[in-house]
Amino acid sequence: MDESPEHQAFRAETRAWLEANCPAEMRQPVEGEGDVCWGGRKWRFRNDAQKIWLERMAAKGWTVPEWPKAYGGGGLDRSENKILQSEMRRIRARPPLSSFGIWMLGPALLKYGNEAQKIEHLPKIARGEIRWCQGYSEPGAGSDLASLRTSAILQGDEYVVNGQKVWTSYADAADWIFCLVRTDPSAAKHLGISFLLFDMESPGVSTSPIKLISGYSPFCQTFFDNVRVPKDNLVGQPGTGWDIAKYLLTHEREMIGGMDMGSMGRDSMHQMAKKAVGTARSGKLKDGLLRADIVRHEINAMAFGLTMERVKDEARAGQGIGALSSMLKYYGTELNKQRQELLMSIHGTDSLTWEGEDRHDGDGSSGRPPGDMAKSWLRSRANSIEGGTSEVQLNIIAKRVLQLPGA
Amino acid sequence: MPLVLNDEQRMVKDSAEGFFAGEGPVAQLRKLRDAGDADGFDRSLWAKMAEMGFAGVAIPEQFGGAGLGMVAAGLIQEAIGRNLTLSPFLSSAIVAATAIVKGGTDEQKAALLPGMAAADMIVALAADELPRHAPQHVATRAEPSGNGFRLTGSKPFVLDGHVADRLIVAARTSGADDDMAGITLFLVDPRTAGVAVSRRSVVDSRNAAAVTLDNCQVDGADVLGAVGEGFATLEAALDAGRACLAAEMLGVSAQSFETTVDYLKQREQFGQKIGSFQALQHRAAHLFCEVELARSVTLKALTALDAGDPRAPFFASLAKAKAGDVAKLATNEAVQMHGGIGMTDEYDIGFFMKRARAAGETFGDGAFHADRVARLLNY
Repeated sequence: MDESPEHQAFRAETRAWLEANCPAEMRQPVEGEGDVCWGGRKWRFRNDAQKIWLERMAAKGWTVPEWPKAYGGGGLDRSENKILQSEMRRIRARPPLSSFGIWMLGPALLKYGNEAQKIEHLPKIARGEIRWCQGYSEPGAGSDLASLRTSAILQGDEYVVNGQKVWTSYADAADWIFCLVRTDPSAAKHLGISFLLFDMESPGVSTSPIKLISGYSPFCQTFFDNVRVPKDNLVGQPGTGWDIAKYLLTHEREMIGGMDMGSMGRDSMHQMAKKAVGTARSGKLKDGLLRADIVRHEINAMAFGLTMERVKDEARAGQGIGALSSMLKYYGTELNKQRQELLMSIHGTDSLTWEGEDRHDGDGSSGRPPGDMAKSWLRSRANSIEGGTSEVQLNIIAKRVLQLPGA
Repeated sequence: MPLVLNDEQRMVKDSAEGFFAGEGPVAQLRKLRDAGDADGFDRSLWAKMAEMGFAGVAIPEQFGGAGLGMVAAGLIQEAIGRNLTLSPFLSSAIVAATAIVKGGTDEQKAALLPGMAAADMIVALAADELPRHAPQHVATRAEPSGNGFRLTGSKPFVLDGHVADRLIVAARTSGADDDMAGITLFLVDPRTAGVAVSRRSVVDSRNAAAVTLDNCQVDGADVLGAVGEGFATLEAALDAGRACLAAEMLGVSAQSFETTVDYLKQREQFGQKIGSFQALQHRAAHLFCEVELARSVTLKALTALDAGDPRAPFFASLAKAKAGDVAKLATNEAVQMHGGIGMTDEYDIGFFMKRARAAGETFGDGAFHADRVARLLNY
């Protein structure tokens, strides 16, 4: 590693700061979604360590290291952020804050928001004070998102919003929503849409959780009944919501595609398999066909990881390929689904445990599966549906990259 | 090491792509095949590849090479894969050159490498003895005799064996047939008494020969590396070859994929371009992703070899396994999406499927390398 003296100094400084400031509890592997800090007005910290860690990192701007300091960020450039991330990985530090504000709304506001909107919203996202949810899909607008019907009619200085959203992640825990609404019913489908921000405590907003096959209820139906929203809360120009939505979906897709929730700080798949299934005297996994399935999967997973790395390196060098987020989203989610299938197979009937005392609290390193294994498997089925289905991603690649006719 | 080409490598890529499309296109392979050419490649093209610095890409400058390294070698091999160009590049310039660079004495290097870089001399590796790659399986015996050894055994598939001026023969000086220890590499002149070379006819028109050795006397000075310790050199040469074969298969995949996408935009059925059918669009889009993955693993393997990364063998197997799977998928899909015309000899796409198969079987197929990946990860 030929690091510049400035970068070496930054690395040393960062390492020392993290050592001094990251609580021991925050260096443990994330066991499940409950260990992830989402922030917001309704957030209840799991323990003091989680609270302290968020506050300290937010004070440095390191919950959003590359955002400008003026908006609560760390003002780091990409190479400095890479150093920070590698130093956090070194001590297995958990991310201090995870949120749709950071991953999705923030980048969109930085690009499309006006100064007042940036000043108002970005620092609260960075400090974890406001938790955002995303109002996109509707009962009649899933893959065909642009056919959405939730309306926002301008009356004086306010928009009046009416309609229904579905699959709103954590709507019942969120404080504010970024929402796609139809402001011009007479315009062509993609051109009548606007991007509106409003408080979930506004009169007329109600939510109702949807119970999923995993037993979890991370998604809600969200209803808007004459919700009044100040017109200054519209991002960009009226009718440009679709462009903002597409930009933001790009970020969402990269996030979902790169997500590998089962593996953070944990054993690799073949390590788990060795503990659960055992090895023959040759050192090979006892079950030869399972071993073959695992290695084929790991080859694809490594090839995918190297592709993520190459794509980033090429982007930095000003090269690169188009429709990247669709490729990463499609391939990454299909891989994660396959991974969850294999993890279930590795643990056999142990993987079927649902609730009760049989549920094992460990992280899988003991040879027994983590207690939430079956739920994680079921959860992963949604990876290739949410944020645009695999089929929609393939359509996008066919159209934008391959330029196939009529796609 | 970032996974991105530097300026020098981009120049190699551009010049290799231009060179092979112009000087060694698929039409040349067809011509050589149809003429039943005795060499199976165009010697004037091979001489031009030396002038371009390609033949010496993996040979250090002090021995007359260009010393550009394995990423550059892979870019050349990828362009070869796009055009299916026939030449002793893989066998001599990559595999044999690597064996000599890693295992040879200064005298051996000085005697062989400059001629190889100049395309005056072709050296071929005679290692495999079984139809399925098993580099440890060496039953060919080397018995001490005079100031050297007498070799007896059979090497049924030696790339470019029929045009080789020297063979690098893996033979056993001690141990059992599948032992890693006890393998010794020998430089053998194929004109030596007891050596028989017979050319083989191969599905993709690549050049190979069966070599048999019957009490063939070699001098002690013709041992390449240390007696009984040839396996490490052999593996280094094979890994260079495997990474370059991954690059060749990447070129095969990318070219057949692009040809197929073009065809989807032209061919009409049911009154519309067949590329407008979603059943084909999704398969093409999936293939696009797979080719990108093959590109990443191939570049990683070549980069690791250049960096002397101890995990280079691991990445070579990762690349050979993944790029092989992708080449199989890409060429099978190409023939299927071309329909009937894809089955004709007149159309080029079938050549790519044949090359993908042959490159896949050479130096270990997907199963061999998947197994090696697992073994290197300790499971």
